[in-house]
Amino acid sequence: MHVSEAWTMYRHLIGARVRSQLQYRTSLALDFSVSFVVTFLDFAVVVVLFQHLPALGGWTLPEIALLYGMSGIGIAIADMVIGQVEDIHVDIRSGQFDVVLLRPVPTLLQVMASDLALRRIGRVLQSVAVLVYALAAADIAWNPARVALLPVAVVCGAFVFGATFVLGACLTFWVVGSTEVASTFTYGGNQMTSYPLTVFGPWLRRMLAFAVPLAFVTYFPGLYLLNKPDPLGYPQWFQFAAPLVTAVFVVTAGLVWRTAVRHYRSTGS
Amino acid sequence: MSDTVSSTVRDIVRVEDVRKTFTVWRKRGRVRRERVVVDAVDGITFSIAAGETVGYVGPNGAGKSTTIKMLTGILVPTSGLVRTCDLEPSRERVELARRIGVVFGQRSLLWWDLPLADSFDLLRHIYRVPAPAHAARLAECTELLELDPFLATPVRQLSLGQRMRGEMTAALLHGPELLVLDEPTVGLDVVSKAKVRTFLRDLNAQHGTTVLLTSHDLSDIEHLCNRLLIVDHGRLVHDGSLDALRDRYGGERTLVIDLTEPGPPIDVAGATVHRIDGPRQWLRFRRAETTAAALVAEIAARYPLRDLSIEEPAIEDIVHRIYVDGA
Repeated sequence: MHVSEAWTMYRHLIGARVRSQLQYRTSLALDFSVSFVVTFLDFAVVVVLFQHLPALGGWTLPEIALLYGMSGIGIAIADMVIGQVEDIHVDIRSGQFDVVLLRPVPTLLQVMASDLALRRIGRVLQSVAVLVYALAAADIAWNPARVALLPVAVVCGAFVFGATFVLGACLTFWVVGSTEVASTFTYGGNQMTSYPLTVFGPWLRRMLAFAVPLAFVTYFPGLYLLNKPDPLGYPQWFQFAAPLVTAVFVVTAGLVWRTAVRHYRSTGS
Repeated sequence: MSDTVSSTVRDIVRVEDVRKTFTVWRKRGRVRRERVVVDAVDGITFSIAAGETVGYVGPNGAGKSTTIKMLTGILVPTSGLVRTCDLEPSRERVELARRIGVVFGQRSLLWWDLPLADSFDLLRHIYRVPAPAHAARLAECTELLELDPFLATPVRQLSLGQRMRGEMTAALLHGPELLVLDEPTVGLDVVSKAKVRTFLRDLNAQHGTTVLLTSHDLSDIEHLCNRLLIVDHGRLVHDGSLDALRDRYGGERTLVIDLTEPGPPIDVAGATVHRIDGPRQWLRFRRAETTAAALVAEIAARYPLRDLSIEEPAIEDIVHRIYVDGA
């Protein structure tokens, strides 16, 4: 399928989803506000923490806010665009996934086109607000590389979280009821990348950096943006590796998805 | 290619010695589980020519759905050959999807919270059907299936009969060569059933669309299909016309005779009376032994005959007997 054809189809399907969500404006506004407030409380915890601590793992509040904002925007966008893949096990059990297989469109694209949760915009805005605060309050020596790196890292973050959602969904093709395990990596990963790697033990650190490469889209680029030395001594190119690592991770997730669909097509379950 | 094109009708579906085995884990004891291999489809061979209307029947778990899923590219066969529209479904799923339409009685092709018309519009983009072709097919379905009154209704508010007519339209908007229907009339009322049947018959006659239909309701098959495939325990036990099925398994027909007044049992060669109710008598005879015409002529000559009718064996009874006896 051609990219432009795919995009046209996606736009139409998503347009329909958005229109049907807009039919219930009050409910949408409520969902939206709740998600905005709840995520703000989430950040309030961090602020409260800093009332008692001058720094956390060598990081100040604005610096933590930078990581929090970058990670938050990434997961909120990923969740909005592809988070519904988590519910694929429902379609598999009901047989509705067969209908997906009967359409002349790549399966993952159909899953993406099946929903766009507008209420999650609340979450995006909250993260943007935190990021704006961080950019204003943190001491950043702007140069062209830093200006470029910030949006690249945020976009890569959305892709890495999106791929993590897909990998989690693949697990449910084999293991019934593994949605909770998947959430550990998606939402749990977001919680962890909101803080610098240095606050975690070595085992967790390695998992965040190399298994699910979230550190490459928050912590490492964050170090460069803030011009901080890496106390963990990882190579400096890690700080610019976000696009490469993201590409590898996204392709991996795509291949695992294909394998999962193939598994379904040979076992019928 | 040379111009010596074969004059025989092209096969839309070709299945040769197809098998599908599933591995299931059965519990044995508290923790131990045993690996069991189940042959859902155990070596089936048949082909369907373009323009045919074929019924595919079998009890639950006989392998009907599994076969349908292999023909449509949802499931990959364990072994054997499957060709649908000259494509290999398991490898060319996306290409095949444009050329077949599939309706599931239990699943939906439509968008639950959108008006029916919106679903049709989305399908146009999914299948990338040119707007004029789409509009023409939609207009035709709208007229024949009488969709107009509920085109603007969200799918979740449709009755089952309305929704099924919508599903059928959804499966046909891209102009498929083969329409596969898996239990399309489950739960439908008599009127909706009749509408669906008439529509399918017209579709086959007007557009030459090949139709493959599975159904629990054998009257669907009787009304629509000139050929019947019966599958049991993963194997094909009958492939032929309904008449052939009757000849083979249900040779007994019943002649119902109304005499002018009650009398003794009618005594004619080739038929036996099995019930008498006043002036009415039921005689059973075998197709192979005598014809209805010969019987009627003889009875009319010797008894005061007032009225008569012939009852064919119910197809349900025949199929049921096949399942029970294992053919």
